[in-house]
Amino acid sequence: MSSLEQMYQQVILDHAKHPHGRGLVDPVVGHLAAESHQVNPTCGDEVTLRVDVDADGTVETVSWEGQGCSISQASTSVMTELVTGRPLAEVADLDAAFHALMASRGKGLDDDAALDALGDAEAFTGVSQYPARIKCALLGWAALKDSLARSGALADRPGGSDD
Amino acid sequence: MTATDTVRPLTAAELAAVRADFPLLGRTVRGGRPLVYLDSAATSQKPNVVLEAEVDFYEQRNAAVHRGAHQVAEEATAAFEDARSAVASFVGAADDEIVWTPGATAAINLVAYALGNATAGRGGADAERFRLAPGDEIVVTEAEHHANLVPWQELCARTGAVLRWFGVDDDGRLDLSDVGSVITERTRVVAFGHVSNVTGAVAPVETLVAAAREVGAYTVLDACQSVPHLPVDLHALGVDFAAFSAHKMLGPTGVGALYGRRELLEALPPVTTGGSMVEVVTMTETTYMPPPQRFEAGTQMVAQAVGMGVAAQWLDELGMGRVAAHEREIAAELLKITEIPGIRVIGPSDDRDRIGVVSFVVDGVHAHDVSQVLDDRGIAVRVGHHCAQPLHRRFGVAATARASASVYTGVEDVVAFREALAGVRAFFGAE
Repeated sequence: MSSLEQMYQQVILDHAKHPHGRGLVDPVVGHLAAESHQVNPTCGDEVTLRVDVDADGTVETVSWEGQGCSISQASTSVMTELVTGRPLAEVADLDAAFHALMASRGKGLDDDAALDALGDAEAFTGVSQYPARIKCALLGWAALKDSLARSGALADRPGGSDD
Repeated sequence: MTATDTVRPLTAAELAAVRADFPLLGRTVRGGRPLVYLDSAATSQKPNVVLEAEVDFYEQRNAAVHRGAHQVAEEATAAFEDARSAVASFVGAADDEIVWTPGATAAINLVAYALGNATAGRGGADAERFRLAPGDEIVVTEAEHHANLVPWQELCARTGAVLRWFGVDDDGRLDLSDVGSVITERTRVVAFGHVSNVTGAVAPVETLVAAAREVGAYTVLDACQSVPHLPVDLHALGVDFAAFSAHKMLGPTGVGALYGRRELLEALPPVTTGGSMVEVVTMTETTYMPPPQRFEAGTQMVAQAVGMGVAAQWLDELGMGRVAAHEREIAAELLKITEIPGIRVIGPSDDRDRIGVVSFVVDGVHAHDVSQVLDDRGIAVRVGHHCAQPLHRRFGVAATARASASVYTGVEDVVAFREALAGVRAFFGAE
């Protein structure tokens, strides 16, 4: 497989064409919810992402609007699937694992448990070979982290710190 | 471009000799593929003579310029000032009308801040002519690079002046149908790009200069994309100020030039102050040197300035008429991408009054993804908003891909580019 094919794996192209979580959803009354707008200033890609966390500290929904390249769209889509229905502590672990994957320069992760947890997101390993594109893959994750911080859901939960 | 119509372009042998002079063009990328460099509007590659000029300066002439009476200092000063002469003659200016700056962005900011300083009362009676009052107007265009837009927004915010602009038509050319209602008695500055870094369109400088003169407004020309590609004579164009950078005209990074008409530079207050630009300094006040030194505080980028002078000479020797004629052929080749299904060019689709800068969108494929596929074939293009967000907004797109030529670009480069581009939509299943 060429580097280009490693980067644009079928799962990425599929998510880019049919993204999950597109279209902002109204939060459930009584839940902690917030929105974040993130831009990639070098290319003008942007995402507005809304998160809704229930009383138990579980991510109930992630919804978003945005426009950008297939990597940013697919990554936001995969992330949406990955974190929906997860407790905040697990979301923080997934965020850390995905950042580690993006920092791996195409080598991927040694940590099998982390890779298992990332599921489809492992397909972005090829992106980490291209420094200019890592930001695209992280755009949705940045919006998730920021909206969680804004929602107040991270304030008093173990394992739910900023990083 | 009458001059370029009659001048013969480069022969195949001449182009081969030119290309051989640029070491970077010989490298390979992405697993051994020859590099097809189509990103010269972002930055150009450098010929050997420019690289050697910098090394030679450091090896043989490095010393502080305009101070020190020793031989090496004399030679350094001579090299520095000879470079200024070379750049001045390259753009049809007098030597003392060229101010070294760190680049074109710095040059435009220098003018904007100097006008602001004049407005604040600096520069005495001579500088009163530059003072802006609330309600005065500064005119730009929707096609500007951010470097020729944001400094004017900031100057307006500091002085109470109002920013106005010309729009762009569907073909990417300036819409000057209402010149008289945009440039009025209230206009004090008209700042515009000579050639758009997105559309490649050449602005009608004569029309804008005439309109500005009629109302006594100063013209500021962003010449970054014209000086490397077209014969430019600033005296003949009649602009008051102009900015251009070395790195886009085969020269080093870190240096550029501000052109100002002599009588204007003489009246303009300084912006950056400190050493090398002063006459008499006491504990309470200071008098300043005449231009260009008044605007060159601190140690200058001497080796880079020397490199810029050599780049200007290199282009002069080839002849800018011939450079333009060659690039005109390349522009026509680039524009053939409109024959590929699903490609839309942002800018003029004809080759009249335009240079070899072609921005485009691909139906159903984001510009980032387009450039990634091209890159995989060794083809380097720019992607994004090219520091011109308002222009992209005007065309309803967030990003475009841009292929741009220089004197060393060959038809083979463009053929490889077109072939790779033709496969992009299939790769993403967008057909």
